[in-house]
This record gives sequence, C-alpha cells and structure tokens, in this order.
Amino acid sequence: MLLLGDEALAQGAIDAGMSGMYAYPGTPSTEIMEYVQRSKTAAEKNIHRKWSANEKTAAESALGMSYAGKRSMCAMKHVGLNVAADCFMNSSITGANGGTIVTVADDPSMHSSQNEQDSRNYGKFALVPTFEPSNQQECYDMAFHAFEMSEKYQVPILMRLTTRLSHSRSGVLPKQTMDQNGLKLPEDKRQFVLLPAIARKRYKMLLANQEKFEQESETSPFNSYYEGSDKTTGIIACGIAYNYLMENYVGSECPYPVLKISQYPLPRKHIEKITSECDTVLVLEEGSPMVEEMLKGYLGNCLKVRGRLDGSLPRDGELNPNLVLQAVTGKSPSVLSVPQIVAARPPKFCNGCGHIDAYNALIEVMKEYGEGHVLADIGCYTLAALPPFQAINSCVDMGASITMAKGAADAGMFPAIAVIGDSTFTHSGMTGLLDAVIENTNMVVMILDNSTTGMTGGQDSHAVDRLVSICEGLGVHKDHITRVVPLKKNHDEMVKLISQEINYKGLSVIIPTRECMQTLKRKTKANK
Amino acid sequence: MKKDIILSGVGGQGILSIATVIGYAAIDSGLSMKQAEVHGMSQRGGDVQSHLRISDREVCSDLIPFGGADMILSIEPMESLRYLPYLSSDGWVITNSTPFNNISNYPEMDDVKKEIAKIRNHILIDADDIAKNIGSPMSMNMVMIGAASDHLGIDFEKLEKGIRFIFGRKGDEVVNKNLEALKAGREFAGNFLKK
Repeated sequence: MLLLGDEALAQGAIDAGMSGMYAYPGTPSTEIMEYVQRSKTAAEKNIHRKWSANEKTAAESALGMSYAGKRSMCAMKHVGLNVAADCFMNSSITGANGGTIVTVADDPSMHSSQNEQDSRNYGKFALVPTFEPSNQQECYDMAFHAFEMSEKYQVPILMRLTTRLSHSRSGVLPKQTMDQNGLKLPEDKRQFVLLPAIARKRYKMLLANQEKFEQESETSPFNSYYEGSDKTTGIIACGIAYNYLMENYVGSECPYPVLKISQYPLPRKHIEKITSECDTVLVLEEGSPMVEEMLKGYLGNCLKVRGRLDGSLPRDGELNPNLVLQAVTGKSPSVLSVPQIVAARPPKFCNGCGHIDAYNALIEVMKEYGEGHVLADIGCYTLAALPPFQAINSCVDMGASITMAKGAADAGMFPAIAVIGDSTFTHSGMTGLLDAVIENTNMVVMILDNSTTGMTGGQDSHAVDRLVSICEGLGVHKDHITRVVPLKKNHDEMVKLISQEINYKGLSVIIPTRECMQTLKRKTKANK
Repeated sequence: MKKDIILSGVGGQGILSIATVIGYAAIDSGLSMKQAEVHGMSQRGGDVQSHLRISDREVCSDLIPFGGADMILSIEPMESLRYLPYLSSDGWVITNSTPFNNISNYPEMDDVKKEIAKIRNHILIDADDIAKNIGSPMSMNMVMIGAASDHLGIDFEKLEKGIRFIFGRKGDEVVNKNLEALKAGREFAGNFLKK
C-alpha cells in the first residue's frame, strides 16, 4: 500500500480494531480523518468517522469511547492540542479503559500554521507515553503498539507526527487485522471522576507508572542503538530526523554511535550508554530542543551536548538532510542559487470567491474610519491580510476575532469589527458571541459563510444552515442578524448594510453567504 | 539507480497527478519510493512543490537534499527556477513554457527563458499547446511526463501502464488521450534535444 504518513496511521488504527475516530480539520493532520472517511473497511466495520466541532469535543468524545471500553483516536494539528489540552491533561489522570490515541501533527517551519510548538512537550507535561514515528511503516505499526500499551497501562498515548511525514507517501506492509473491542465499562466506576480525593490517587498511579513507561521505551522496537567505532560523537536522532541523518550514509556506514528515538519517555539505559561512551552528544530533533535541554541541564556544565541550542543546528524551523549533514560533518554542498527574477507567489483567494466581494464592501466602508479596526480569524479569509486587500489586523487563534473585537470595543475602539468563517465560528466563536450578547457590545460580527471548512480542503462544516438560528439562540436581536449574498452586483447593498450596523449602538451579526468555489466545482463535477 | 525529482508548479495546477503516475510506474518496476507533497495554505494559488524520490535501495529522507536532485520537472516556467538550489550539477530542468500568471510582478518571459537556457541539461516544452493540439488540454501534465520519460530511469511501458491504472475508471477515451499526450511529450523532447 502506498500511503501518506497520515493515511498509514489511519489504516493502522483501522486494522488494530479502532471503533471511533474524532477530529477537527487542521493541516497537516486533516488526511487522517479523510482517509478513515474514504475507507471501505471503516464503513463496513461501522467505525465512527464524523468531524467534530473542535479539537476539544473530538478529544472528549474519543475519551468517552475509551470509557466505554472501545479503541478510539482523536487527531488534530499542534495548535489544536491547545484547544483540547484541558481534556488531554486530565485524561492522563483519569487514564483510559479502551485503548486511546491522541494524534497531533506538528508543523515546524509553520508551512500552514500560527506557531511551531512541539507537541512532545505536551507528552512530557502530561507524563504520558509519546510515539514519534520516523517513517510511514512505523506510523502503521505504532497504531497497534499504542493501542496495546494504552490498554496495558490504562493510559492515553500521544502520537506525534510532523508535516514532512504526515504529507509524504511511501510503501507500507499491512499486518493481520484485529477485531474491535466489545462494550465494557471501566471496572472502577470512579476511575473517571476527578474529584480531588480520587484525582490525587490516580495521579500517584500515573507517577508510579513512569518507571514502567521508561522500561517500555528501553525495550521498544522503535528505539534502537547502533554501535559506531568513532566515539568522539554520539548522535541521538528523534523521529524523522533519523531519516535525515541516514540519508547521508546511503551505501556506507555511519561511523558514530546512533541512538534512534521514536518512543518516549526517553529510554534511560540507552541514554546512559551513549552519554557515557561518547565525548560529545549531538541531538537531532524536529521542533524544540526538548531532548537537548533535558540532557544539558540548566547549567550545562556536565555533558557536552550539541544541537539547536549551541548553534550546531538552527534554533527554529524544520530540519532537512543538509542541515543535519552540516551539523554532523561540517560539510555543505555548493548549490545553484535562485535567479533574482523569480518573484514570490503567495497564496490568494480563488477566482470568484465570495470572500473577495465581502471584503471589497468592508474595505469601502472602513475608508471612513481608517485602518486598524478589523479583528479577524483563522481560515481562507485570513488571506485578506495580504495585498491587495490588507483589510484585517489580527489572526491569533480559532475564535479570537469575536472576543478580541469585544475587548477592543470595551476599551473604546469604534467601530469594532470581527471577521470569522462559518466553521471557525462553530469551532470556537459561539461562546465569545455569547459574551458580547450579555453586554450588548457595540460591535459588528461578520461571519463569512462559505458553507465549508475551506483552507483545509473543503470538509463538512457544522455551521451549514444553522448560523442564523445559532445567533438567535445565543440572544443576538433578530433585527440585527442579516444574511447577504456576497456578489459584485450586491456591493452597494452590502456597503449600506455594514455602515448601518456599525452605526447601530449594539451587537450586530452580518452573514455573507455563498458556497466555496472549490467545493462548488467538486460538486458540479461529481454531478456530471 | 536513484532518481530524485522536484515537481513544481502553482497550487491547483495538479502536480500531484504527475507524482501519482510516476510513483505507480516506479512501484510497478520494483523500486522503492517516497513522495513528499505540500498541502494546506499554499494550495490556494501559491507556489507548490513535491519531492519524488525513486531508488533501487531504501529511500531514507522524505526530502531531497540541496544539490541532489536529478531533475526539476515543472509545469510552470518561473517555478522551475525557484528550486534550482536542489538541482545537482548534471541534473535536468524539464519545464512547461506556458506561464501561469497570477501575480502582478511576473518577470519578462524572455528573461525566464534565458535563465532556463543557462542550465546545461534542459528541455523547454509548450505542454499546454501540445495538449490542446491533441484535443485534450487537461492532459498537459502527461505531456510533461512524456517529455521527462527518457530521464526517469523507468521503462516507457510502465508509465503507460501507470496512466491506464490511474485514469482507468474515467473510461477508454480519457486513457487514450493521456497516452497520446505522453507520447507527444516524449517525441517533442527527442526533437528538442536534437536541435
């Protein structure tokens, strides 16, 4: 089977008896759920495979399925784990019943993200075993291993992927498939009740298991120690960084001892061996210098450690074979340069996109008030930060448009405009709108409704046909909830409407609604 | 045998269909492969690339090292230049000559062509035009594979088989047009190099 890393993990989970998959789309994790949704086996086995409203609801539902004794997985991008962190951190203490995997796809170098946080830190923070596959086959195999370990120790497992593995395809050999678990409630009916007295007990159990998790890492098939004759340097290569190292030794042997790590907590015995037999240790890891910091310690006066902290590797951004070669040997190839005439080609709105018409109207209205009044959100409509629009002034986290506009309005900014997409609104915008309803904040919320989760490729949006009733239900006055069709011919109507609602002293919601050009094209093609 | 290929173009142009056909042919030839692609934001009309690695040994890195690519196969001329740091000293640049102009500061085409001509091994092909001439503008990508076919280290028949497999469910007519495009691309490249 030729599979993306994302797909290999999904196939592994299906074959390892997963009963439910929960996720909210986010690059580079989206293809995990999409694969399960396309899978005939998943349909035959009736595996749950609908999108969730956000990462928190996904993580909680997956934990609920584990509570009921079945194997479950939730998946998200790295920043999604911030949203799901409340559930994730506490689930390390409740523990699992049926095996459960929290899969997080990190995006070092921020190809399609707001930051490049390294989810392994969350694994360490929550004290749960963390897997970091180095190739597509490991993605597949680890699903089996992770479910098994999750049930053995009653603990959720963190599975960390990175962009280059999530979105790279290679051959995968499947294994014998497993049946799903039957329904089986936890033996201890108080296991999941985190009242302080119970939580303290469960936390001690988690702490007591740390040593066992370390032993599992020491015997894990995913962590290996390769002897080397040149002990001046020992190399610790985590996850996909191992491939970048070995790329430089195709057809030859790496002279240095190498410790490949794909399962955490760190395998203590292997770490002791490499640090005691080598003069210097070079740590290759994608993301933050987590292992490097652990080995170095605060004072850095006991062991010679090289990596991202001493400048052997860049402190930020993703690794590649050349950076690793440079760090190991000091060599770098001479390469051609990019001719000066090559112009940047930033992403932009698709031709005919409704967001263009909505922004054109907003830009015209805002001329009167000057720059700086539009707090926006995360989605295709964030592209309006770029020329020629340059129409928005923020993009922070899912839902932050509404609440930041509220805060700015509270501070006296007028007008205060929030721009958010339909799927982002049902992800995390609704609760913020409730805050604004309670105080009847003087602001205009524009929900740009393209009836899909656009930026990630057009996944189903929970908001379809529900936006007006949600806003009414939250308590926005129905005279100030208006839908318009963002088309060039309606430009004047939109300009008038936005001006009018800005001048209304209170909360207004404007919902420009027109389907995404990409999903429309796909539907038209399918109907042919 | 090892072939490291950078595929490039603009989001939405469909470089992934090229990767799929070559990838299928590689696996069918008993070779190992890895293919890294870009999803997400840049798919909205931005520059996109894919790293396609084929080898008779295990492929380690999902990314091609700088200075290591045997070929840049581009369906947009300016985009072929963006990835020159990846090209090895004896590598090929094989690129479509029809620009995809969705930016205001696109360089003069003559300048782009001059830069491409500086690469010792290059093939400049109007794949859009060739695809139109055979009555199948959508087959431009297959024209490009045809143009590259002599330098891929994969039998031509395997590429044909790949096209039959990938386009099979769309019917014989689509399959035949794409096979015709593949041949036309190969023929053009042969003549281009004779000049």
